[in-house]
This record gives sequence, C-alpha cells and structure tokens, in this order.
Amino acid sequence: MSYSITEPSNGQKWIAGTLVILYAVITMIPLLWIMMTSFKTPPDSISYPPKVFYEPSLEGYVNLFTTRTRVSPEKLASLPPPANFAEEIVRNRDMVIAGPSKFGGRFLNSVIIGFGSTFLSIFLGTLAAYAFSRFKIPLADDLLFFILSTRMMPPIAVAIPIFLMYRKLGLSDTHLGMILLYTAVNISLAVWLLKGFIDEIPREYEEAALIDGYTRFQAFYKVVLPQAATGIASTAIFCLIFAWNEYAFAVLLTSGTAQTAPPFIPTIIGVGGLDWPAIAAGATLFLLPVMIFTVMLRKHLLRGITFGAVRK
Amino acid sequence: MAEIVIKNLRKDFGDFTAVKESSFTIADGEFFMLLGPSGCGKTTTLRMIAGLELPTSGEIYLDGEEISQRPPSKRDIAFVFQMFALYPHMNVRRNISYPLVSQGMKRRDVRTKVAEVAKILGIEDMLDKPVGGLSGGDRQRVALGRAIVRDPKAFMMDEPLGALDAEFREHMSEELRALHDRMNATTVYVTHDQLEAMQMGDKIVVMNNAVVEQFGTPQDIYDKPASRFVADFIGSPSMNFLEFEGAIVNGQSQVELGHHQVQVPTQLEQASGAMTLGVRPEHIRLSDQGDFRAQVLAVEYLGTTQIVLLQSNFGELKARVDAAMPVSVGSSVALEFDGSTITLFDDSGRSLRSTLNEGVIAHG
Repeated sequence: MSYSITEPSNGQKWIAGTLVILYAVITMIPLLWIMMTSFKTPPDSISYPPKVFYEPSLEGYVNLFTTRTRVSPEKLASLPPPANFAEEIVRNRDMVIAGPSKFGGRFLNSVIIGFGSTFLSIFLGTLAAYAFSRFKIPLADDLLFFILSTRMMPPIAVAIPIFLMYRKLGLSDTHLGMILLYTAVNISLAVWLLKGFIDEIPREYEEAALIDGYTRFQAFYKVVLPQAATGIASTAIFCLIFAWNEYAFAVLLTSGTAQTAPPFIPTIIGVGGLDWPAIAAGATLFLLPVMIFTVMLRKHLLRGITFGAVRK
Repeated sequence: MAEIVIKNLRKDFGDFTAVKESSFTIADGEFFMLLGPSGCGKTTTLRMIAGLELPTSGEIYLDGEEISQRPPSKRDIAFVFQMFALYPHMNVRRNISYPLVSQGMKRRDVRTKVAEVAKILGIEDMLDKPVGGLSGGDRQRVALGRAIVRDPKAFMMDEPLGALDAEFREHMSEELRALHDRMNATTVYVTHDQLEAMQMGDKIVVMNNAVVEQFGTPQDIYDKPASRFVADFIGSPSMNFLEFEGAIVNGQSQVELGHHQVQVPTQLEQASGAMTLGVRPEHIRLSDQGDFRAQVLAVEYLGTTQIVLLQSNFGELKARVDAAMPVSVGSSVALEFDGSTITLFDDSGRSLRSTLNEGVIAHG
C-alpha cells in the first residue's frame, strides 16, 4: 500500500464523483418530491402507487393563496366566465374564490423577522467581535465564554420563562419580540464566528488608515468591514437559516399578527382531507428566500468556511 | 519638514518595559536609523513617534510642538509598514490617493498628485491594477507612494525592506536613499540589520533591552563604540574582545595583556578589575616576529580580504588581512594591534573614555 499526495487517478476521480452525486441525489429527493407535489392536483398527490409522471397543475399554489367556498352547480352555471386561470381551476372543483388566504402575510412576517434579526445579529456581532479582537477588555475571555454559554442548552429549554416574560412585556406576537428573541439566540454564534474572521485581518491595515488621517471608526468601516465581508456573509447565512426555520418559539409566541410561515404552513388543511399540494406549495415558496440568499453569497460562503485554514 | 526631539520617552506594557527613558534628537532632513536586536524597543519607539502607541511618560516634539498624546491623524507623519499594509480591496491608485481623500482634497488635484508620485516611483503603468498581484518590490513602492503623496512632516519606516528577498533589498535600499536625498524629508527608519543602518543612515541610534546604547554617526558608532554591546553588534565579523585583569589610571597609554605591553589611546579616566580590550579584525596585523603569538585555526577567503580565525591565550580572535597574504592553517603567527583604534571596556561593558572617543561618548 502506498500513499501519495499526487493527482488522483481517473478511476479514483470517477468513484469520488459518483459518490458525491449519489449523496447529492439522496439528499435532494425529499426536496424534489415536495416541489413535484406542489405542482400536482390533490387526487394525483395521494394516488397509489405515487405518480412520478403527471400533468402539472397550479392548483396547489392557487389553494395556498386563496380561501374558497363550495357553491351549487346552478349557481356556478349562472356566473360569468372565469376572469383568470385561478378562478378556472377553483370552479373545476365546484368552488369559487372567497378571498386571499393568510399565507402572504405570514410569509411577509417571516421575511421581516428573519432578515431583521439577521441584520441585528450581524450589526451587533460585528461591533462586539471587533472590540473583543482589537481592544484590551477586562475579563475578555470570561465574557466570551459567557456569550457562548447561552448556546450550551437548547434555546427551547427557557421557553416558559420567555413566554411569561414576553406576556408581561407585551412582546408576545410582535415582530419586535421575535426579532429580539432570534437575535439573542444568534448573537453568540455571530460574535464567535466574526471574532475569528476579524482576528485574521492584520492590524496594520487599520493602523495605516489611522496614519492616513482617518479616525478609528472610519478605519473600522472603511478598511476592516470590507476585509471582513467574507466572514460577515457566511455568518449572515447561518443566522438567517436559524431565524427562518425556527418553529418551536414561533408556535409558542406567535398566533396572529407576527406569526411566521413555519407554524402556519401545517395549518393549511383543505376541505375533505389534507390539501397536500397547497402545503407543498407553501414549503416550496418558503425554501426560496434562503436558497436565493445562499446562492447570492455562495462564493463568500465557500471562502468563508475555509478562511484561516490556509494562508493566502 | 521637521526636527524631532525625543525626551525621556518611556513605554510600559504592564510589567514589561519596552522603552526606558530614551532621549535623542533627529535633525531636520536626516535619515535616522533605529538599530537593535529584535525586542529592543526600536519599533515601539517608532510607533510612539507616529502615534500608534501612546508613551507612558516622556515627550515627543515635532517642530517644537509637543505631540506625544495626539492621535496619529493629527501628527502629519507617514508610516511605511514592514508588511506594506496596502488596502487589499483597493487598486494601486486608490491606495496611494487614500490619505489625500481623507484630507478632502479635490478629485482633480488628487489625480495630478498621484500621477506625480507614481512618476517618481516608476509605477505609472500599474496604477489601475489591484494590489494583490504585485511583486514585493512593487508593493513596497506603492506603500512608499502612499507615504510621500501627502508631503508629511516626517516618515517612519518599520523595517521596510525586511519582507523583500536579499537580492532586491540592495536595490531598494539605494532607491530609498535616493528618494530621501531628493525630497530631503526627515526619515526615521527601524532595522535590525547593522549593514543596512551603516549604509543608509546619517545617524544611528543603537538600542538594546529598552535602552539607548549609543547615538551618533555611523563612523562614530563603528570606530568609537560606547559599550561592548554596540562594539559587538556593529561590524561583521564583530570586534574581538580580550579579557584581562588590571588597573587603568588617567593618562595611561599602555596596558599589560598577560606579559605583553599593548599600545592604547591615552586613557582619560580610572578603572580597575575585570576589563576588556576591544580591537576590530581589520586592526590586527599578522607578522612572523613578535612574542604575542597565536595559532591559525581557519581561513575564510573573501576576495579582496580574508578572515583568519586565530587561537590565542585570550580566546579565539578574528583578523581581517589582505587576501594576497599567505596564511597556512596550523601555523603560528605573531599579532600586532593598531594601538590608536583600541577601545577598553570596564566590568559593566561601558567603554572607558580616551583620546579616541573623547567628545563622542558622554557617560551619565
């Protein structure tokens, strides 16, 4: 048996490639199935054996965004022709659109709370990380440990005190309350990750800026921030994924005005059975923002993960 | 351009003293070297002048103004870092123009000024390149450009050639010196390389263990070292030290080394006990006749000269002699010292005052 660090042979590359593709396919199947289901009609979605080839339909998406009422065939016949494709789909099921559903609002809540808490975590995290990295802070190590210790238990373990506290403070079911909660959970991750990134930036850059006539704060945002962009981007992705997907606190603390999409999607129950295409449509749309955000910052994320591992 | 006066400057980091009560004056337009081994406090001194560290006590005067507690942006001093510290997210032009932008200079004037500086440094063709792809020398030129573009009162340079490879260093040091002569700007330059200091400096401060050991011209520091440390640190190969027990009285011009009488410059103070006689390798002559003899251990041929390693009763000595002189390893030779160049050091390593170094060395 010999070991080498030379270029792998074609055979080895082929095996490695196959394994990676296989793994990717396996992890993609549930997502793919959700997306496929979202374009099925309700009967197709529950047919047995499951249909892999089917005629795509937008019924799931229409049902997701609307509420509908059943009407008698006579009444249906007396209506003017359907004004758009959505109405046509609904009338095929002997129903008419009664109004919009709550999904749009819930989705918007998710966007506000998810991105709001991500922004706040990054904003506070960057300042704290910079301070920890550059200034002599008394008990800095203990403070950093304390910050990390908030992640040493599952956040849900403190659900009851938080629930009571939020009710007292009037933060229950508010956007601000959820943003603060997710920021509190994310900030320790943000401080630790960003401190690592900022530690890697040589102090000379800031010193050069100080010499060049800038104040400390100008040096921070004109020189340090651009250098830390990679770290900030990857940290932001982690923060957003947590805040976006959080379910337990959202169920517990929101019900109306500030309810996010995760607790809402399972409540989409159709008439006479679970409306799987609508639920799948909700899940598919819910995936998109994080996916787009991650793809946009993908370059930074890849560099970010290996940052510091190799000297540039 | 400016004169810099350092008075009793001190810097403590907790229990550690980096710079201990240092005082010296840097004249207007001087190329001034801060020389010493690593950890001697030379960089800390430089950073205090620039304002990147605040002194624990003491004063720094720039053109008569006390500036020791001012932020760096209020000092009008430029700094060239060892690792260049070019802003990696900006191209060459933006790097050089950055100090001007902070002053709020008009964009047109900035362009003209940057072009002017680029011409001086010969980097006009790379102004729009990112700094990432530049070679070490070009990075150094850009860093210099960033420093000279705003016509500061003084330049601080922290081992600016340290990151370059040896071949290029020589070339760059000439370029630096030429640039200085052209602009006549007060420059403070930190280095641990004694050759670089001798080569480029108008004046040198030698520091060791947070203390200024000597302050003077390269010639004075080489010929008239104030302490054994300076004598040892400057010169390659360094000075030979011959230890002996004895007593010196005022006016004495000979010392007894074992059984040999050695001529020394007329001594101007008294001392006794353990002493050291210091003689530079080029001030040792080899001859056939004489009673101060040594064994030749090795010969290092250097082209015009050769270094002869000798074993004497006072330990190993090195002599620099003409390359044409035949010297064979293992043979016994007689040594003669050039008496007018010898320095004596007392027990503490301080050099004794004599007609050689009178006026150069002022001991407390």
